[in-house]
Formats: sequence, C-alpha cells, structure tokens
Amino acid sequence: MSAVMIARKVRKWEKLPGKNSFCCDGRVMMARQKGVFYLTVFLIVGTCSLFFAFECPYLATHLSPAIPVFAIVLFLFVMAMLLRTSFSDPGVLPRALPEEATFIEMEIEAANGNVPAGQRPPPRIRNVQINGQIVKLKYCHTCKIFRPPRASHCSICDNCVDRFDHHCPWVGNCVGKRNYRYFYLFTLSLSLLTIYIFTFAIVHVVMRSVDSGFVKTLQDTPGTVLEVLVCFFTLWSVVGLTGFHSYLISLNQTTNEDIKGSWSGKNRLQNPYSHKNIVKNCCEVLCGPAYPSVLDRRGLTQDDLPVPASTAAQSNPVPQTTKTTAPLIPNEHTPDDAKSSIADSAISHAEKGSPSPKKEKPSTPAKVPPLASPETDVEASIIIAKEKAL
Amino acid sequence: EISAPWTFHNLQELRHSASLANKVFLQRDYSDGTTCRFQTKFPSELESRIERPLFEDTVKRLNIYYAEAEKMGGQSYLEGCLACATAYLIFLCMETRYEKVLKKIGRYIQEQNEKIYAPRGLLITDPIERGMRVIEISIYEDRGSSGSCSGSSSTSGSSAR
Repeated sequence: MSAVMIARKVRKWEKLPGKNSFCCDGRVMMARQKGVFYLTVFLIVGTCSLFFAFECPYLATHLSPAIPVFAIVLFLFVMAMLLRTSFSDPGVLPRALPEEATFIEMEIEAANGNVPAGQRPPPRIRNVQINGQIVKLKYCHTCKIFRPPRASHCSICDNCVDRFDHHCPWVGNCVGKRNYRYFYLFTLSLSLLTIYIFTFAIVHVVMRSVDSGFVKTLQDTPGTVLEVLVCFFTLWSVVGLTGFHSYLISLNQTTNEDIKGSWSGKNRLQNPYSHKNIVKNCCEVLCGPAYPSVLDRRGLTQDDLPVPASTAAQSNPVPQTTKTTAPLIPNEHTPDDAKSSIADSAISHAEKGSPSPKKEKPSTPAKVPPLASPETDVEASIIIAKEKAL
Repeated sequence: EISAPWTFHNLQELRHSASLANKVFLQRDYSDGTTCRFQTKFPSELESRIERPLFEDTVKRLNIYYAEAEKMGGQSYLEGCLACATAYLIFLCMETRYEKVLKKIGRYIQEQNEKIYAPRGLLITDPIERGMRVIEISIYEDRGSSGSCSGSSSTSGSSAR
C-alpha cells in the first residue's frame, strides 16, 4: 500500500543554515534583528513626510517648485538604496557539503603530518601569495571551509561573507561584496537628503519669520523643529560615515580590514588588492560587475518532493524556477547545471542518509525517464516513495 | 594510458549503471587576487581516468569565462553607471553581464560532461553550486567492476598536497 503525501514545495532558503530571516518566499534576505532597521525607515520616512507637509507648500510657492520635486527624487533614491542593501544577499558563502569538508580535513591532516599526542595541532591556516604579498587564509570551523581572502564570518548572521565589510544594524543586514555599493550610495544619498532637508528647513523658518515672526512660524509649522533636530544629529553620523567609506573605497579596503589593521603598514604589509590609484579603486568598488548570489534561495530542495501516488503519470506542474527539473530551460536568476544536479541528485540522493538506502534506480528502465523530461526528479521520487512503502 | 573497464556512452548510462566512488575538489587560485580562477593542477585521482590536456583545457576555458565575467572595462562601467542612474531598478528586468556569462558556463560544462567526462565515468559540477569555491569532479565506478584504482575514498587522503 503506497503512502499518499501532499506535495509541498520546500525551497532551499528554508533549509539554509545560519541566522538569517527570509521573506517573500526567499526573495528577501535579512538578519534576524530588524528593530533598528524599522527605526531607520521610520526616521527617514517620518522626517521626509514632515518636510513635504510643512516646508514644501511654502517653499514651492515662495521659492521654486523644483525644491519638492528634487526632494522626492532624492527620497526615492535613498529608500531604493536602503531596501536594496537590506534585502539582498551580501555575498554569503554557502557552507561546505560533507564531502568537501572531509576532503579539506584530509588535506589539513596530510599537511600537518603527525602531531605528537598531547600537543595542540597547529592552527589551520593556508598561505597564498597575492600580488607578491603573503595572505593567510583562515579555516572557518562553522562553515568548514578555508575562507577566501577578504571573507569573514559574521557571528550575528552566522555566515561567512565574501569581502565582509561590517554588520550594520541600521540596515539590518551584513554589508559585503554584493551590497557594498548600495550601502555606500545609501549613506551618500542620505547625507545629501539630510543636508537638503536641514538647509531648506532653516531657509523656510528664516523666510517665514521675516513675514510672520519667529514664534508664530514655529507655531504654524511645529514639524520643522523635529526635522531640524533629527537632521542635526543624523548629519554628524551619516556624513562622517560617508566620508569614512569614501576613504576606504579610495584605498580599496574594508571596514573589517581597517579595524583589524591588516594593511596598516606594520610588518611591511601593504594592501595587495589596491590598484594604487584612487580612480581605479573607486571604479572597481562602485562600478565593478554585479556579482550574482551563490546562495540558491529559491531553488527546490531535492530530498522531499513527494507526490500523491495516484497521479504517478502526471505530476503537479513544476514551476520554471526549479533548476532540478528543467535541464534546458535557464532559470531566471540562478545559473543552470541541471544535468549534473540531475545525475547527482539521482545517484547521491540514493546514497545520502535516507531511511531506505539503495544504490540503484529500481526495476524497469522504462520507468526512469530520459534526462530532458521535466518530471525527472518527480518521477524518481515517486519510485522511491513506492519502494519505501513496500 | 587510460584503462576503461566500462563504457558509458552518455549521462543516462552513467546514472543507471554507475555508483559514486569519489569526489575531487579543485581549489581556487588566489594568486591574482580575489577574481575567480581555479587551479589547473591535475589531481592524481584522475590520472587513470582522463588525459591531462583535455582536463587542463576544460579548467583553462572556465578560467577564461570567469575572467570575462569579472572583467573591469568599458562595458562593465557603462552597465554600472546606467544601473545606478535607474537606482538599480533596471536589474529587475535586465540580465547582468555576469549572469549571461554564467549561463554560458553552465552550457559549456553541460557540453563537456556529455562529450568528454561522462564517457569516462566523471562528472563536473558547476562551481556556482558550490559557492564558486571549488570545481567538484565526481568519479563514478561501474557497479559491476571490482574497486579499481581510484575507488575508495580512503585512498584520496594519501595524495600529498
């Protein structure tokens, strides 16, 4: 008697290790603590709303209608950059699968040789030479990989991130290779927006006071006080941060490296990633290629695609986004190597921990479909489901 | 001299009659910085399976593709500036150059697997599925044959690196 199970498509983001939280079915990726991020959004939206409500009507008529228009454009750009920074994958490196982890372990043991009993084994470090400089790659015990150069493990998100800059609670995410330019543009545009609102709030108060007097002005537009206060305090931090990151970009350095003093010059260590040219460094960081995410969040996991046995011939239509079932149709955002994954999934799926271990696809060759069929994985799972039931 | 006690004519046969024996992982080559490059060192486990020039050719070609994807030049700057001007909304509808090259790489690996690697009982996994950290090469054994040279995983540790 075969078990009838309801199919629920489990996407890979649900099984990802690490302490991220996901929204919109894996499209949005953030850290777990989002409180400060909501505060950021509230402050920006709130202050801009006050500006549009109190300052803009007066300034549009008395100075120029371009003022609110430009403010809107700037506000939208700031929000776009903020959301882009917060919601995107910063460049998380997926953890090593068991075989890779074992392979690396064996390499380490071979390199270390025999450690006498009682002695601590040497630290797991790999030396590589980059542009004539020796760089030490550390081993990450959580992710079981040797971290690529410039990668670092974020303890808040529990992931190794490529070109790790820092974890920013204000955006609720790590800042790494993939979203650093959005983060920088966010701080830059926010600086501009803060200066803009601050300036025009003052201008507005001055202009209005000339007409109606200072106290009456403040009574007419109480929001102005709040705006000026928020902008004043924001200015110092955000403008300072933008300046700091501009400095880092010109040197092609990350906040992480700056804090650790990796390239401070002592021990003759120089930054091997810098092009020694400010323009080139800026171009690389800000205008470099848009790196794809190597974390497949929206693909379907392979271990559970059970379908009702009654519909063995015709399975539920599998959506286009699953790369394991559409070998020749490229997925929209994740690159395709379906043949390998099909072969891998078919064979290694059988041997990786499963309650009914078996190494071969059962019985009639006619049951196992050709590779180009979109139901490959599903039918394979049907067969396994039937076998389990027997 | 490659001794092949099996004949896999295509990936289907590989799937049906082979079992996974071992996996080799080709590491990244960081000598040029953080750009994506893989070491072309020929692993000893593959010595009896595939001719060295064929293998090196594949890896070199992959390196060329990755270099093309990450190339810093006029086109990438143009793409970057245009995207910035649209607040990166253009990426919602347009494919980036990197993604285009990745698709090319996916097709290339598929083709290489079909033509060269599967008939020799090997399978290359696209590095993007391993976080661009390694090129994973799976070594398959014919189920009928008794464990041949690079059979068990216990022997892979003996390869001194």
